[in-house]
Amino acid sequence: MGHSHAEIDRHIKIYLMVFGALLVLTAATVGAWKLHFLPATPAIALALIIASVKASLVALFFMHLNAENKAIYWVLALTMLFFFVLLLTPFLAAMDVISL
Amino acid sequence: MLVPHIVKPRPDTGLTNGKFGIWLFLASEVMLFGALFATYLMLRVGATDWPLGTTYLDPKWATLNTAVLITSSVTMVMAWAMSAKRDFAKFRFFMLLTVALGFCFMIIKYIEYSAKFDHHYYPSTHVFLAIYFTLTGLHGLHVLGGMAVNAYLALFGKKLYDKDPEWFTNRVENSGLFWHFVDLVWIFLFPILYLL
Amino acid sequence: MSDGHHEELSFWRKYVFSTDHKVIGIQYCVTGLAFLFFGFCLMMLMRWQLAYPGKAIPIIGGLFGDARAPGGIMLPDFYNELGAMHGTIMVFLGVVPLAVGGFGNFVLPLQIGAPDMAFPKLNMLSYWSLFVGGVVMFSSFFLEGGAAQSGWTSYAPLSNIAPSGQTAWLIGMIFLITSSLLGSVNFIVTTVQLRAKGLSMFRMSIFCWAQFVTSFLLLLAFPPLEAAGVLQLMDRLADTSFFMPDGLVISGEVLDRSGGGSPLLWQHLFWFLAHPEVYVLILPALGIVGEIIANNTRKPLWGYRTIIYSLIFLGFMSFIVWAHHMYMTGMGSVLATFFQTTTMIISIPSVIILTALLLSLWGGSIRFNTPMLFALAFLPMFGIGGLTGLPLGLSAPDIALHDTYYVIGHFHYVVAPGTIFALFAGIYYWYPKATGRMMSETLGKLHFWPSLLFINGVFFPMLIQGLNGVSRRLADGGATYDFAGAVGPLNKMMSWSAWGLALAQIPFIINFFLSLKTGKEAGDNPWNATTVEWASPSPPPHGNFATEPVVYRGPYEYSVPGSDIDFIPQTKEG
Repeated sequence: MGHSHAEIDRHIKIYLMVFGALLVLTAATVGAWKLHFLPATPAIALALIIASVKASLVALFFMHLNAENKAIYWVLALTMLFFFVLLLTPFLAAMDVISL
Repeated sequence: MLVPHIVKPRPDTGLTNGKFGIWLFLASEVMLFGALFATYLMLRVGATDWPLGTTYLDPKWATLNTAVLITSSVTMVMAWAMSAKRDFAKFRFFMLLTVALGFCFMIIKYIEYSAKFDHHYYPSTHVFLAIYFTLTGLHGLHVLGGMAVNAYLALFGKKLYDKDPEWFTNRVENSGLFWHFVDLVWIFLFPILYLL
Repeated sequence: MSDGHHEELSFWRKYVFSTDHKVIGIQYCVTGLAFLFFGFCLMMLMRWQLAYPGKAIPIIGGLFGDARAPGGIMLPDFYNELGAMHGTIMVFLGVVPLAVGGFGNFVLPLQIGAPDMAFPKLNMLSYWSLFVGGVVMFSSFFLEGGAAQSGWTSYAPLSNIAPSGQTAWLIGMIFLITSSLLGSVNFIVTTVQLRAKGLSMFRMSIFCWAQFVTSFLLLLAFPPLEAAGVLQLMDRLADTSFFMPDGLVISGEVLDRSGGGSPLLWQHLFWFLAHPEVYVLILPALGIVGEIIANNTRKPLWGYRTIIYSLIFLGFMSFIVWAHHMYMTGMGSVLATFFQTTTMIISIPSVIILTALLLSLWGGSIRFNTPMLFALAFLPMFGIGGLTGLPLGLSAPDIALHDTYYVIGHFHYVVAPGTIFALFAGIYYWYPKATGRMMSETLGKLHFWPSLLFINGVFFPMLIQGLNGVSRRLADGGATYDFAGAVGPLNKMMSWSAWGLALAQIPFIINFFLSLKTGKEAGDNPWNATTVEWASPSPPPHGNFATEPVVYRGPYEYSVPGSDIDFIPQTKEG
């Protein structure tokens, strides 16, 4: 990628903002966990949602996925699909067992 | 140079070989960690009582490690940005900082592991500890791998940088992609293992 | 392409640690063929035990020592060892290295007009990772307690408590998986990035498409098995209990483990790979057969785009059918229904491809040379293999057929007279490109006809035995098993066919080596083929093409009306 210096300086500003956001979100995860203000299931959901937001920030800005090539989006979409298949099916299998 | 599209992207795909290759590799890594997360889920769903992370683990160290790894991700993009601005000295500074933070992460991990062993918590003690040690161990190996590549680029990269800074910057970007991915995995490991 | 000057490489860099895709491709081919031969030898020993249970193995029986075969009589543990390693070696060290590593490496870059693979050093690393994996697998036979003996599927918890050969199996597998992963990244990048000018995706040959889809299967399906391998290693070395349920009793004693694991987890992770793996074995074969049929019917392939879409759909679906291997694990009806449905759906693109290949023969003036004979035999053999699979994909018939010889017959029809015949076809077809010389047609036919006869003699009776309920896991071939009474004598027929099949390979081995010296000079394009690899010299030099090839047309322009010759190469202008 050919980047002009001004463009990179703009990037750096964004990186620092993302850095701040990541630290705040980490604090939020730990804070929510410490205060125990939610019952177990919503607490798990909240922690996973925050983690997903953090991961998205890393992927979008640090890994430049906000402006990436079409081919890479395709590969990643396919991967994420199979990732969720892999993640869900053993889970479903444990739920759907013949009981004698 | 025998193989085309190493430095300049292929016009119709808009990609360099290295970048496409590293993303494909990361796709396979997603499936590798995916299988381990699936393992975690299956064990947890099948368990009669699943221990809270805090039964065995101390989130204090892990919180610190999260901060360390996130910081190292920022220094990594800074290193890339400096290389893109053709400032090798600053690139080297940020890259070595990234490696140092990786080292820091491993030290904290070591402290954590030793504390577990002192309490006689081993992988064989409980399936929770088994998956904890496997996931964090494999993640640790990835950190070490990333550190090795980053250290190589910082210490021995000058030659390629002088020859073709764009090629070099591509390499920094690709090794950065790997490093951010390692960070990304940790972002999920942290709440799943320690907090939930 | 090349800068005009080549530094002279040392012998080691040129032939052993080479980064040239052609050398690596040939290394893969030779390694794959050697392991196919070795795996075949293991099977021939098993066939002795099945045909003549309890009788001493003749001539070589004394070689195996008292621990394995006292007095030359095979012990059941030794039989299990042979079975597990036969499966593992044939699949992971025989067919995959040959079909993907060998043909993929040698043919794919040539066929897309590339100077080499995208990452030549990584390519070398893939091969050597495979090599190390092969060495580990092979040397596990010499460990105390022998090689792995829990089947090629290594089902836990049996595999968890097996002797140390299983640890070697896992370490070997991790090397083999790493090799395939690195290779698949390389193939995908090469296909996308290094296609010659003018070679759009829909001008690419069926073979390249097949390799492309295969690479995605390897890339995304192999990592879960790598993870599973790591978990089983932990179970074996660090005493964890990933696959160990609570309160497991072994030989009357409760095992001293924490428990809490799930044996089913192994099966899910294993089959998440191993079902796509079946398509890894079959897709390159379909690609090879497609090339050879188009070339020897002198006609364009019927339904080129349809075949490609089917390949892609097949690859996609192969990820969501894996649990049809697991109907007997207590799976509930909801999940079973889902996997039966996807399994029935995946048979559709397979049938489309097979039909398209069959229809391609219609009205062609077929050249019956050796590659074509193997390719033609592939079609009905793969057909039998595929159709016998349908009852296994439905849970009700699967309850009866699961773990019988019917299953063995079914998948061997797919892989042996299917894939391996296609691989033979490919060897006869591309040998002239790799060596510059033709293989002998006479020896080729002497190889083909007996092979076709004997291979059916091996596998067809298995279907009959299986339908009669003979279990696949019997170390005595059913001699002590009531069900097997009526169909037991078929064992002798199968065994003699297997040994006959071995003899039928002798002409091939002679042909393979002799033709290097005495084969007829091939020239650049001995088959009058259209695809790009035939535009390079035979054998192609380092860098492949004298001038950068440019592609002007689709891959199968045979017998174009109005043209004075019956083929127009892809690289021909105008």
